[in-house]
Amino acid sequence: MSRPARGAVVGLMTVAVLAVLPFVGVAIPGVLPGPISSAGSLQVLAIGLVFAGIAVSYDIVFGFTGLLSFGHALFVALGAYGTNLMMDATGLPYAAAVPLTVLLVAGVAALLGAVALRVGGVPFAMVTLAYAEVFSILLLADPLRISGGEEGLALVSDGVPDLLRGVVNIRNRYWLALVFLIVAYAVARMVTASRAGRVWEAIRENEDRVELLGLKPLPFKLVSFVIGASLATLGGGVYLLLVRGANPSLASADFTLALLVMVVLGGAGRLWGAAIGGMLYGLLTLRLSALGTSGLLDGLPGPIERVLSEPLFVLGTLFVLLMLFAPGGVAGITDRLRRALRRPATTSRTPGTPP
Amino acid sequence: MSTFVLLVATGLGLAGLYFLLAAGLSLIFGLMDVLNLAHGAFFALGGYAAWTAMDVFSWVEPLGLRFLIALNIAGAVGYLVGVGVEKLLIARNYGDHLVQILVTLGLGFAGVALLGGLYSYDPRALPQPDWFTATTTVLGANIPNSRILIFAVAAAVLAGLLAFLNRTRHGLIIRAGVENRQMVQALGIDVGRSFTLVFGIGGMLAAVGGTLGAVYFNGITPGLGTTQLIFAFIVVVIGGLGSITGTAIAAVVVALVQQFGNFYVATGVGDIAVVALLALVLLVRPQGLLGRSAR
Repeated sequence: MSRPARGAVVGLMTVAVLAVLPFVGVAIPGVLPGPISSAGSLQVLAIGLVFAGIAVSYDIVFGFTGLLSFGHALFVALGAYGTNLMMDATGLPYAAAVPLTVLLVAGVAALLGAVALRVGGVPFAMVTLAYAEVFSILLLADPLRISGGEEGLALVSDGVPDLLRGVVNIRNRYWLALVFLIVAYAVARMVTASRAGRVWEAIRENEDRVELLGLKPLPFKLVSFVIGASLATLGGGVYLLLVRGANPSLASADFTLALLVMVVLGGAGRLWGAAIGGMLYGLLTLRLSALGTSGLLDGLPGPIERVLSEPLFVLGTLFVLLMLFAPGGVAGITDRLRRALRRPATTSRTPGTPP
Repeated sequence: MSTFVLLVATGLGLAGLYFLLAAGLSLIFGLMDVLNLAHGAFFALGGYAAWTAMDVFSWVEPLGLRFLIALNIAGAVGYLVGVGVEKLLIARNYGDHLVQILVTLGLGFAGVALLGGLYSYDPRALPQPDWFTATTTVLGANIPNSRILIFAVAAAVLAGLLAFLNRTRHGLIIRAGVENRQMVQALGIDVGRSFTLVFGIGGMLAAVGGTLGAVYFNGITPGLGTTQLIFAFIVVVIGGLGSITGTAIAAVVVALVQQFGNFYVATGVGDIAVVALLALVLLVRPQGLLGRSAR
């Protein structure tokens, strides 16, 4: 069997397995709070699926185009807040509010991206991080009295169809999360395999050469940024439904950087790698906090126990160790991005002068 | 008028904090091309080191002397941790900027969580001498002395850094390295030692900033540094990467814009204005005020 065909079979099988999980009554102790089919477990898994889809959207920008954006969480937050505010203000149903929000945010992303892409490499990272953080500050300060400050917003449930409401329908929400992952993956697969996708990879490898070949990198980078942002917005809309609200922590620097961790954790500049990383991250953060109350750490001295029950401490340390001792798992992506970051600081050569 | 003067004074205090964070970032980036995402954790570390020192040396009187001791201990801890981090984690990956950045990312996460686990997430207030909270009247405005102190420390650090960079051999190597690292290496100079030194200095400045930040914000929390770090990034980009003077100017501009916007228009407007300023600088002058080309 050829490689693409094998990939398709593996993909279909994975989707099939994920789709029937809500009917599996097996318990996985330590990983999930109860049997897989229980509401608690499905909730954890559904959040993992959404994270996986968002990680895939980030992989388009970071993994394929080589743009070290630290502002991706901004779009997730805009998706969650935007959808909710739109349902609240216009009374539109959920199914209409989500695509409208995605369209609006795509416009915002085009504006923000056009400014930030004036610089590349690490300065681009700083600028995008600044975007996300200022938005997060705005959410908390709430000058217009619409974002609910630290509390965030509760889901406007009037617009949500009955099928997706209530604990009984957790299965449907799980499937919605799965559909989002499939959509994100399919779109990402399609655009990265397109002609534009080839140019993205060329930009990541060597932007100067792309320019030399007569293509303007900026529009291509901007399109990649906007597509990634739109998918992230969609993810934010689904996340809103899963956790029944929009929380300012979505726009925090922590979540922004967590996306990077997801993609790198997955271990490749491959879409499936990002998806696995997102899923893994979702499970780890949601379940590591259970470590503290599990009794596993009881014999340890107080301060050590408190530190070890911090999920971010465990995750951060694991991440550092991964980067130090097993960078091989991420070799593909780091090799290419390394070159992008090391690119000499001269692209503003006047035309006609020898390089 | 007195409100205006007070805002300027508060803004200058905030500018001092931004400068202390941004100067280290700018130097580290200028020399090593490493974006230190753990810098916010260094800031918080400094605050907690000072808090612990105040606790341990609680028998030292007067309080002002105790604070001075705590400030120095925080600086020393910041320097040592910076050097340790560079030697243990960063130096292993020379020439691999992405891995270096990602290591500092993980370190930032772990560091903040570590402090949270050890000290809890509730704000810890630093005992302050009465003199700090007393006010000095300037042009009719009652300015808290702590604001003046923070600005004075930052100004002294600026003068010290410039003297260090312009008058010492280490400084010469660092400046040359920022300009053209390959050439310095080709001349047979061990740039690795400068990397360690610069990382240590960055850690020290951030820790001193954290101590003063605990005074400015009336308490330290593990996440305080991360919030400040974002504005420090903006300061670094506006000032121009690798330029200390540019960083100082940008720190003052950013802090004042933020203060005035937040006070005269509405809370949050100042923060937006800062990002708008950043966008403006990127559109008009992508390399920053005094920087080399940012691309």
